[in-house]
Amino acid sequence: MGPGVAGGLFVGSLALAIVLVYRPFGEYLYRSVTAPAHTRVERTVYRLVGVDPEREQSWGGYARAVLAFSAVSTIALYLFQRVQQHLWLSLGNAAVEPARAWNTAISFVTNTNWQSYSGESTMGHLVQMAGLAVQNFVSAAVGTAVAVAFIRGFARTRTDRLGSFWVDLTRIVLRVLLPVAAPAAVALMAAGVVQNLGAGTDVGTLAGGTQTVTGGPVAGQEAIKQLGTNGGGFYNANSAHPFENPTAWTNWIQLFLVLLIPFCLPRVFGRMVGDKRQGLAIAAVMATLAILSVAAVNAFQLNPSGTVPAAVGAATEGTETRFGVSQSATFAALTTLTSTGAVNSFHDSYTALGGLVPMVNMMLGEVAPGGAGSGLYGMLVLAVITVFVAGLMVGRTPEYVRKKIGAREMTFASLYLLTTPALVLVGTAVAMSCADARAAMANDGPHGLSEVLYAFTSASNNNGSAFAGLGVDTTFYNTALGLCMAFGRFLPIVLVLALAGSLARQHPVPASVGTLPTHRPLFVGMVTGVTVIVVALTFLPALALGPLAEGFR
Amino acid sequence: MRNHLAALRALLVFTLLLGLAYPLALVAVGRIPGLSGPADGSLVTRDGRPVGSVLIGQSFVDGAGNPLPRYFQSRPSAAGEGYDPTATGAGNQGPESLKLLNEVCARSRAVGELEGVDGGRPYCTPGGVGAVLAVFPDHAVSLNEACPATPFVATYGGVPVECARPDGDYRAGIVTPVRGSAPERPAVPADAVTASGSGLDPHISPAYAHLQARRVARVRGISEQEVERLIERHTTARALGFLGEPGVNVLLLNLALDGR
Repeated sequence: MGPGVAGGLFVGSLALAIVLVYRPFGEYLYRSVTAPAHTRVERTVYRLVGVDPEREQSWGGYARAVLAFSAVSTIALYLFQRVQQHLWLSLGNAAVEPARAWNTAISFVTNTNWQSYSGESTMGHLVQMAGLAVQNFVSAAVGTAVAVAFIRGFARTRTDRLGSFWVDLTRIVLRVLLPVAAPAAVALMAAGVVQNLGAGTDVGTLAGGTQTVTGGPVAGQEAIKQLGTNGGGFYNANSAHPFENPTAWTNWIQLFLVLLIPFCLPRVFGRMVGDKRQGLAIAAVMATLAILSVAAVNAFQLNPSGTVPAAVGAATEGTETRFGVSQSATFAALTTLTSTGAVNSFHDSYTALGGLVPMVNMMLGEVAPGGAGSGLYGMLVLAVITVFVAGLMVGRTPEYVRKKIGAREMTFASLYLLTTPALVLVGTAVAMSCADARAAMANDGPHGLSEVLYAFTSASNNNGSAFAGLGVDTTFYNTALGLCMAFGRFLPIVLVLALAGSLARQHPVPASVGTLPTHRPLFVGMVTGVTVIVVALTFLPALALGPLAEGFR
Repeated sequence: MRNHLAALRALLVFTLLLGLAYPLALVAVGRIPGLSGPADGSLVTRDGRPVGSVLIGQSFVDGAGNPLPRYFQSRPSAAGEGYDPTATGAGNQGPESLKLLNEVCARSRAVGELEGVDGGRPYCTPGGVGAVLAVFPDHAVSLNEACPATPFVATYGGVPVECARPDGDYRAGIVTPVRGSAPERPAVPADAVTASGSGLDPHISPAYAHLQARRVARVRGISEQEVERLIERHTTARALGFLGEPGVNVLLLNLALDGR
């Protein structure tokens, strides 16, 4: 069996597994966020937090709670890093310097997990497990909670209530994330992912040198890093590191965890709006884009072009032997499609076009299937845009799942769509106009621009993946990318909740013969087309100067 | 303000639960016999002393960085000075990087010399540097061949090729990599000339292992068949027939050789 066939089976088996769990896990997610009764543990949490679980919030109240929780998290995580040298398990690491601590704090709170630091030489075990990994859980829960509140906007009528953020947050953590992450962590541990509190073991190597075999509470963090579509590695080498991703089958598990929540949330949408076909149509759009993208990265990596790949004979630079080129390419595609940003190989050394596709994946706005929660709400905004475009063609007021899409709704949807492209392009332009920022590029020519464009794309879309050559631990990049992450996360969240509030107030529109059916293949094709065209129009000029110029020289 | 108080309390509750109880419970699970080995880093011992981890690659070179011929060699590594777990990572040079091309060519030539095969590759000079010209209207300069070297080609597109002068400024020339006549499939495998993602890759491809077998057998004075048998034993095939790619664990293979 050739590497191409094995790589195809790898993708096929993942797709099959997701198809199999779509219904049962989607149902489980649906029940977790809609069940009326609270468990005893949950009631204890509400008491400790000091909230009444029965008290639902308006869109504004929900948004304020999200922002308050995220602000408190950012400040706490910042302070945590600034005093780590005084704490238990600091391993002799010094306080993280201010710009870097800000960047890391906002990065983990926004579910981006961009890393301007190298885990093994910067962070003590306590900051990793009680700071960073906690945000891996709760930032994924925040995204999913916002998605659920957005769905309520479609599902509910004549109300201004979108649910309680505190209840959604707690339930997603306790009923979804923790019960999946814990057994996954044990499975990873069995394969060799370390889980201890030691600083490491010094060994005398065969050649007579010494080597520090590092320790750390890695397995627990690794499981939620993938499940929560976070992507921030315990080590600098991320999922390429044998202690994060030791075998070919842990590679499969990591990708399954990444896809699980984003691909099953459309089922929750279908169930909550009372038409499962609507959820399936959204999942179909996500799957179409994902399959095209995975195939493209594989094609470019397995048939390498460019001087160095041609000299080598294969695109093996930056890849691990145990995964091979194809299953590294698939990992690159799926982690950029899902806003995870984990890497099991280093994209900076990919072929020009093989590196272009992950960048485009992020530019799609992280919707295919996107991050935990953020993927669904992003895709639903694109569905709203699509019915609007379709409505313009036939000259009638657009509607989506029995809600009218009027001027107010379109304003929010359009602003949502403009936020991240503005951040990416303005950020890249500012960086390219500063000599210091240009000096951080590890490669010159078009590839240098690709590195900077990739960084701002990754930060603004809350992905966290990197063309890792760029030296991003400077005050400029730490600050600028931190701002991109913050605006790229919270502006869309506020807009989505405002849109939800506006939808929830409406009377439902009865379906008529003129209603565009939004569960048929035609609509799936239209949303796919709108997604791709919007990206192409926005980013093509920038891509032409970077990866396209490099690939077609 | 009420929101912020609730937020702070929620963060504290979740930090206790997810930041302490969850990882510490997993640390406790990692003490269970059978799990404690992997949870502690899959250490390998020899004569009671730890000599490495099954999962973490090592350099098999002497103090000066030269390969120890009695050992199978690992892949090139960008982790610190090589295979340093406290500084993991990749080289991060792009597909058109002249620096990376030079590294690939130099590694290929060195491996070819060590194993007694042709170390030539496309876009590499016989001297083991990138075959890259800066082309001007009336002449061309071989950028990686400093004077007084003789350039790898005498002419390019009808213009003479010169060696690179140390004080020369060749930025105005058109950078042109030259393919040359090296075979599509070079004798030195791809993984032998490229750094891994982690810098800690514990494996090499079976092809690279087979290439090294003759040299190791010769230096150790044992038969090549015996070395091949050990390679076979330390090769991990694709799991379930399709997961990953086959690899040979270099540390375990070298330990087995030492232990015969």
